[in-house]
Amino acid sequence: MTRTFLGMPATAPRGVGHLRGEEPFPAAARRALVDAQLRRNLRHATTTIRGKSGAVIGEVPDWQELRAAARAIKTDTMARLPELLEQLEAAVTAAGGTVHWAADAVEANRIVTDLVGAAGADRVMKVKSMATQEIGLNEALEAAGIEPVETDLAELIVQLGDDRPSHILVPAIHRNRAEIREIFLRAMPGVDPTLTDEPAVLAAAARRHLRETFLSTRVAVSGANFAVAETGTLAVVESEGNGRMCLTLPETLITVMGIEKVVPTWRDLEVFLQLLPRASTGERMNPYTSMWTGVTPGDGPQAFHLVLLDNGRSAVLADEVGRQALHCIRCSACLNVCPVYERAGGHAYGSVYPGPIGAVLSPQLTGVADNASLPYASSLCGACYDACPVMIDIPSILVHLRGQAPHPRAEATAMAAAAYTMDHPALYAAAQRAARLSRLAGPRGRGLPPPLSGWTASRDLPEPPPQTFREWWAQR
Amino acid sequence: MTAREVILGRLRAALGEPRPAPAEVPRDYRPAGTAAADLDLLVDRLTDYRATVHRCAGAGVARIVDAVLGGRQVVVPPGLPGHWLPGTVVAVPDDDLPPERIAAADGVVTAAAVAVAETGTILLDGAPDQGRRIITLLPDVHLCVVRADQVVAAVPDALARVTPHRPLTWISGPSATSDIELNRVEGVHGPRNLHVIIVD
Amino acid sequence: MRIALFVTCLADTLFPEAAKATVGLLERLGHEVVFPEDQTCCGQMHVNTGYPDEALRLVRRHVRVFAPYDVVVAPSGSCVGSVRHQHAAVARRAGDERLAAQAEDAGRRTYELSEFLVDVLGVTDVGAYYPHRVTYHPTCHSLRMLRVGERPLRLLRAVRGLELVELPQAEQCCGFGGTFAVKNADTSTAMLADKMRNVLATRADVCTAGDASCLMHIGGGLSRLRTGVRTVHLAEILASTERSETVGERQRLGVRP
Ligand code: SF4
Repeated sequence: MTRTFLGMPATAPRGVGHLRGEEPFPAAARRALVDAQLRRNLRHATTTIRGKSGAVIGEVPDWQELRAAARAIKTDTMARLPELLEQLEAAVTAAGGTVHWAADAVEANRIVTDLVGAAGADRVMKVKSMATQEIGLNEALEAAGIEPVETDLAELIVQLGDDRPSHILVPAIHRNRAEIREIFLRAMPGVDPTLTDEPAVLAAAARRHLRETFLSTRVAVSGANFAVAETGTLAVVESEGNGRMCLTLPETLITVMGIEKVVPTWRDLEVFLQLLPRASTGERMNPYTSMWTGVTPGDGPQAFHLVLLDNGRSAVLADEVGRQALHCIRCSACLNVCPVYERAGGHAYGSVYPGPIGAVLSPQLTGVADNASLPYASSLCGACYDACPVMIDIPSILVHLRGQAPHPRAEATAMAAAAYTMDHPALYAAAQRAARLSRLAGPRGRGLPPPLSGWTASRDLPEPPPQTFREWWAQR
Repeated sequence: MTAREVILGRLRAALGEPRPAPAEVPRDYRPAGTAAADLDLLVDRLTDYRATVHRCAGAGVARIVDAVLGGRQVVVPPGLPGHWLPGTVVAVPDDDLPPERIAAADGVVTAAAVAVAETGTILLDGAPDQGRRIITLLPDVHLCVVRADQVVAAVPDALARVTPHRPLTWISGPSATSDIELNRVEGVHGPRNLHVIIVD
Repeated sequence: MRIALFVTCLADTLFPEAAKATVGLLERLGHEVVFPEDQTCCGQMHVNTGYPDEALRLVRRHVRVFAPYDVVVAPSGSCVGSVRHQHAAVARRAGDERLAAQAEDAGRRTYELSEFLVDVLGVTDVGAYYPHRVTYHPTCHSLRMLRVGERPLRLLRAVRGLELVELPQAEQCCGFGGTFAVKNADTSTAMLADKMRNVLATRADVCTAGDASCLMHIGGGLSRLRTGVRTVHLAEILASTERSETVGERQRLGVRP
């Protein structure tokens, strides 16, 4: 029997939040792959962003040096995470903020709900945050009678469409302009019925729809891209100005942040602010970045709460190989270059974290057994590693996590037998001959049993050659 | 045990003993001070992201403000140099104006703290000539005056010039979104028109 | 130079022509090729499927079998990638630092064929003749793990009679990915479909690459659809000369027997 000590690294609890899918990746992907519109939308969007991002990265002569610095800063951060969090807490507190610690999603949701209640609000406006999606904050707020309003355009599209996010940066990437118009016409109160599908017209509709909310909502909930331990400064990187609205207009601001988002020094921001926009939206700089330190008298919210969230991150940190996944700055470049993501889409990953980073982060946050198919949702092509601005070696983590995944018994038996055979050259040569002579598979492999039939459903198998190489060599 | 103790305990257990060695950070990228500010590059980058750029000598600011916002209501931060405002605008001084009043104005004129040439970015740090964050957010036109000596080459130079203890807003072009098919579209919640006056 | 051939289990068992071509090419260039017969499989399939413990014995075997040789060459970017980037990690995971050090040493002595030709032997014109329209697919592991870059293309450009046509979106994965092709057969097939579309758009007769595994996948698809486009390993093209037999080749489908 094992005892769980308080203070031992723990995975994210079940039954709350959105880290676990309902079905394994191959099954979910299978359904997504037949959706021609989804395939087209994803191909178009990811091709566009790859081109833009490549162009602005090409302008930076020291891109590789910035990546190397970023990796080292994050490695250093993880090695000193407890102390940096204590330093951050002290700095935020000194600047007039209040710091809360949440061991998991349940605690974080309760802290936020209580804070909103204490502020006497029944509505909060939200700026896109992966952490609050991860913990299912919206559901928790709704259960407490509080209405959450998503203000990011893509989040709004997802919320109005009663949909699920499918991309870190652009949660509605699976929707094209025509679909977005339909959703607005159906679900946006007071929308102009002559709305067209021009992106500028759609953006203007969102502007009109949310203006009143921004001006009248007293509590906002945000995430954070960075938190500087040295100064207590929080940073939110965004495009539309909804972030600025949420960070500036309300009386109370609640920021929910994964503990891995801390960086040691003010100067470190010079690295990440150069990497993030170019890797993410393919811009030299995103339209708006807001930074604030505690509370500024006379400017912006006069009550600031920072909620530091673990929810499985300590378990990720405990894995020497896997802890790199905590370096992620959520730019989504790895999604945009991933051939699997481009075809299967974000929903197939089940978790709020899709794509290559999701395939290594979600299983670690939940424990590999709860997301066992995700480490296999990759051809290990390595495009993600090349694209990642903080140089996370995603392929190596995928392989590492496969080693922790529960294996089907028949496969495990076959793999052990294969290893044994291949460690005995005589047996190995015999097996090669047997495979050739038996012709079990039939012509070009048709008639193989599952799971090998997965191969022959779309591909012929080679006919075994009359002679193996080693037979040829022996006769030479 | 508090949640704080639980989390810190978990993290210490996760790292184990001995702790992983702290990593040396190679800062082989271009640090602050590498290059001189290039005004033409700033103009190019601002224009590329759909900001409207004006250049003038010190005395010319008011004329440009007049051309852009003449006859309209303009929010004015408390420390804005008086000679920047032409008599033709209806000045609305920000003495803690309510949000609705700011939103009802046509535009806002501010100074800047720093501008970054390489990225086409304006930084506001809430100094009296820039004012509260809210005033540059709600009006639809933001006219920002940048002195040539405030322009730096790149992001590291900008961070070295500002202090984290003021609220900072980095602005690169008008409000925009990439949320529809990952294409940049200008004009969502922030000002849809950004004018930058560079004073040589 | 005395060169140990690391044949790879796949080429040994299913694609011996690629291995024979490697031998023929290196000998034609004046080198001695030896085949250490105790070699079997580098263990990549075990590692990448999540069986590092089972792979350990194969890593140990590989390191032992190739220890006596200064230069090891394989006609596979993927298997060389595994030797160079995975073997030491498998050993370390098992707590065997000595094996890890030996594996790292073996990794430094092991070359993928195009790397070996261009970097070590310093040749790009290997004297080959191959009168066909050919497109080249850079396999992911040779491209991103080994960074072979332009080397295969430089070799192909020097082949007499060969018309090289650029493959659109060449750097996109073909969808093979080892067990990925079986565990995620649908996604793998979707990726393959796009790769085939690009191959067919070149109107090439032959699609070549440095890995028999990816060629088995691409060729399997091209064959299933009866496209008439063949897949041929880079080594076979480079080994071909005016004296090679080409008439018989025309009968072959995408997947080579
Ligand atoms: S893993 Fe790297 S590329 Fe992917 S989202 Fe995170 S930082 Fe970006």
